[in-house]
Amino acid sequence: MAIVLSVNGADRAIEADAEMPLLWALRDILGLTGTKFGCGAGICGACTVHLDGRAARACQVPIGDLAGVAVTTIEGLGTAEAPHPVQRAWIEEQVAQCGYCQPGQIMAAAALLANNPAPSDDDIVAAMDGHICRCATYPRIRSAVRAAAAAMRGA
Amino acid sequence: MGRTGRILRRTFLIGTAAVAGGVAFGVWAVRRDPANPLLPGLPVGAAAITPFVRIDAAGVTLIAPRAEVGQGIAHAQAMMIAEELDIGLDQVAIDPGPPAPAYWNGRVAAEGLPFAAIDDGMMARGARAAGDAVSKLLGIQITGGSTSVPDMFDRLRAAGAVARETLKAAASRETGVPVAQLGTAGGAVILPDGRALPYTALAAAAAATPPAGPVPLRPPEAWRLIGRSIPRADIARKSLGTEIYGIDLRLPGMVFATARTNPRLGGPVNGMDAAAAEAMPGVLRVVPLPGGAAVIARDTWTAFRAAGAIAFDWGAAPFPATQAGLWRTIADSFTDERRDSRLRDDGDAAAAATAAAAGAVTAEYRAPYLAHAPLEPMNATALWRDGWLDIWTGTQIPRFVQSNVERVHGIPSERVRVHQMPSGGSFGRRLEDDYVQQAVAVARAMEGTPVKLTWTREEDFAHDFPRPAAIARGRGAVADGRVTALELAIAAPSVAESQIARLGLPAAGPDIAIVAGAWDQPYAIPHYRVTGHRAPAAVPVSSWRSVGASHNGFFHESFLDELIHAAGADPLAERIRLCSHAPSRRVLEAAGAMAGWAGPRPAPGVGRGVAFTLSFGVPVAEIVEVADTPGGLRLTGVWVAAEVGRVIDPAGAEAQATGGVLWGLGHAMHAEITYEGGAAEQTNFHAFGGLRLSEVPPVQVRLLETDALRGLGEPTVPPAAAALANAIFAATGQRIREMPLVRHVRFA
Repeated sequence: MAIVLSVNGADRAIEADAEMPLLWALRDILGLTGTKFGCGAGICGACTVHLDGRAARACQVPIGDLAGVAVTTIEGLGTAEAPHPVQRAWIEEQVAQCGYCQPGQIMAAAALLANNPAPSDDDIVAAMDGHICRCATYPRIRSAVRAAAAAMRGA
Repeated sequence: MGRTGRILRRTFLIGTAAVAGGVAFGVWAVRRDPANPLLPGLPVGAAAITPFVRIDAAGVTLIAPRAEVGQGIAHAQAMMIAEELDIGLDQVAIDPGPPAPAYWNGRVAAEGLPFAAIDDGMMARGARAAGDAVSKLLGIQITGGSTSVPDMFDRLRAAGAVARETLKAAASRETGVPVAQLGTAGGAVILPDGRALPYTALAAAAAATPPAGPVPLRPPEAWRLIGRSIPRADIARKSLGTEIYGIDLRLPGMVFATARTNPRLGGPVNGMDAAAAEAMPGVLRVVPLPGGAAVIARDTWTAFRAAGAIAFDWGAAPFPATQAGLWRTIADSFTDERRDSRLRDDGDAAAAATAAAAGAVTAEYRAPYLAHAPLEPMNATALWRDGWLDIWTGTQIPRFVQSNVERVHGIPSERVRVHQMPSGGSFGRRLEDDYVQQAVAVARAMEGTPVKLTWTREEDFAHDFPRPAAIARGRGAVADGRVTALELAIAAPSVAESQIARLGLPAAGPDIAIVAGAWDQPYAIPHYRVTGHRAPAAVPVSSWRSVGASHNGFFHESFLDELIHAAGADPLAERIRLCSHAPSRRVLEAAGAMAGWAGPRPAPGVGRGVAFTLSFGVPVAEIVEVADTPGGLRLTGVWVAAEVGRVIDPAGAEAQATGGVLWGLGHAMHAEITYEGGAAEQTNFHAFGGLRLSEVPPVQVRLLETDALRGLGEPTVPPAAAALANAIFAATGQRIREMPLVRHVRFA
């Protein structure tokens, strides 16, 4: 039985077990590999996407639970031609090293700033502390969130 | 013992392998450059000028053969070529190229030599040259040991210069304008009338033009790229989610697999029942592997679930099953029989410590096993078709992947094509190719179908080759407010013995990694001895960012700190006084100036620790500040000074330096791998914590530049743990001699 997901504004029919985590439907079936597999246990944050605008761990959400939910992935956040302000800040601050955690970090930051245009340092930590960066790009992550917040307020 | 008696470890070993393999040594063989791997199959109209520059009508591709694992080396290699080629980084594609002898690493063999990095004597230089020659003869292509910049700096600039002059010669033939009247800029040859002939339009002509002879390289004052912060193209892709890592590869008709093998490393599989797995919808096949099995399915999640449904009967690990037993093998290695090296022996440290009027200072330190755990789980894609094997993966050892395929699977290495993919971290993990060989086994069972094999995170933790655990015993003496004697004995299993054997090369002789970052420190302590003891092989171990210096920085600099405090001296001033190497003194002074050093206790409840390690040729001083708060110890500042040689890209260098310090701090604070029942107890990131955003203090980095050539991926790691432990001592009076520090204190 096909499950219909709303991904980045388009309905996508998927032939898969309703228990399949969204992460693997995105990656292996829809080919949206920007959402990363890191731990499979909701610990590292690499698979963070937006569900109706809120940050969520795609490895922990079965696709059967997503009827009527708008899924946004890093591919739907912005493009090379029109990057999201958070992506633009990440590029300007040259945050990424290996970059593998960064789509998840960016999705978390974008969700934070959508609801809180002027986050305090504590707000940033509360939203981002569950995201593991093995390269430890944390100082630039912090700078990029602040820069994106400022840019979004000014826009 | 004379220097000649103790030359050459890896070089000697690799040289032995070369002779055994029938490779003739000789000046002729060494001078001859390996064939250009870009030429076979090159389409008409395309040019491959040197192994590093490929041009066709569609574009210019720069070959960056050192593996990109996050350290920015693809970008840095491209900068070096582009500097002489006169082309913008926004005008080129960067490609890792095929595995090839032409991409040999001329520095990595020298890394294991028993010469201090600051030793520039004739013997040291001769041994390093011998290492380069052997690596070139064998075509050893490795990314590691912070060697990429020193190894590639001249070669890549020379390749760019040769390509530029060849393109000018081609343009001259096309236009009749003498070469001397041609210029180059922005990816084009510029004619005297100002017209620009793009390199792409010259590709066919360049292909028919003999490559230019040796071209003088430009002086630093003429550089346009090197030394400037230039945005990395891969960072944009990584921020947009469009970078295709190995794990993201998709091929037509691809199927998905995972492996599950005995978590007791090296232990056998006595039996298995895969019936339930095979019955699951979406499962295509179960394929036996050494120590376990792989499941092939129509998606990765199904493969994961099915692998979990296989009932395995796994045998015991071939080493002590408990962490206590593993510690015992190391602790029992402080014997003459297990003595591996004594490369530092100034004065008479043992007698001086025994005779010390105030009594000897003694201490024992421990460092745990540590996982690499890059965030991209190990994976590889393989396709076996028509007698050819294609492999797509992130690897630091592409040519060893080929030779290991031949050894393990019997496929001739010239029939193995390795397609290098960007890696989501490595930290040394991709110097091993166990995951690749599994993918090959699976692909051979699925002829004609590409198979992507991806590990679960649990498999990744179970099957890491960790940084070895190590123990150090220190003895020292102080007199008149000074450190007078320091004796350090270090016992650890040998990374070289474990790792080189897996590369199919013989290993013997002392392992410098056991004492690296301790024996070679530039201190003029009157009585100073460092002895390495080799613990018996147990858990298979491997290179972990900064290798032996990762634990020895902690041991040496913590124990020196104990002695300095026993002497009643200032931790920074006494290190500077003891320092016998001007660049090292400069970084200590620079770190002190940056931090505004005024002693280890600048305020009540605040402690500052300093530590220094010279590793990979780079002297690094770090000062860490902690505050003792009601919630626990909080890191409040880090100051880092390093003399790094040439800085290729300042923003990239700062990222590497900062990342290395935070890597060192995070693991020192929180991380360990322990074994019970023969298997790692930590199965996922909930039990193996690095640093989190909330814990990250402000980090200030000062890179002191010289015209030397060094790498920066590793050298800032080793001092970090000791600087933190020393800061904790300053703040609380508690001397922690064991990592992770969180076993003894709470962090806020």
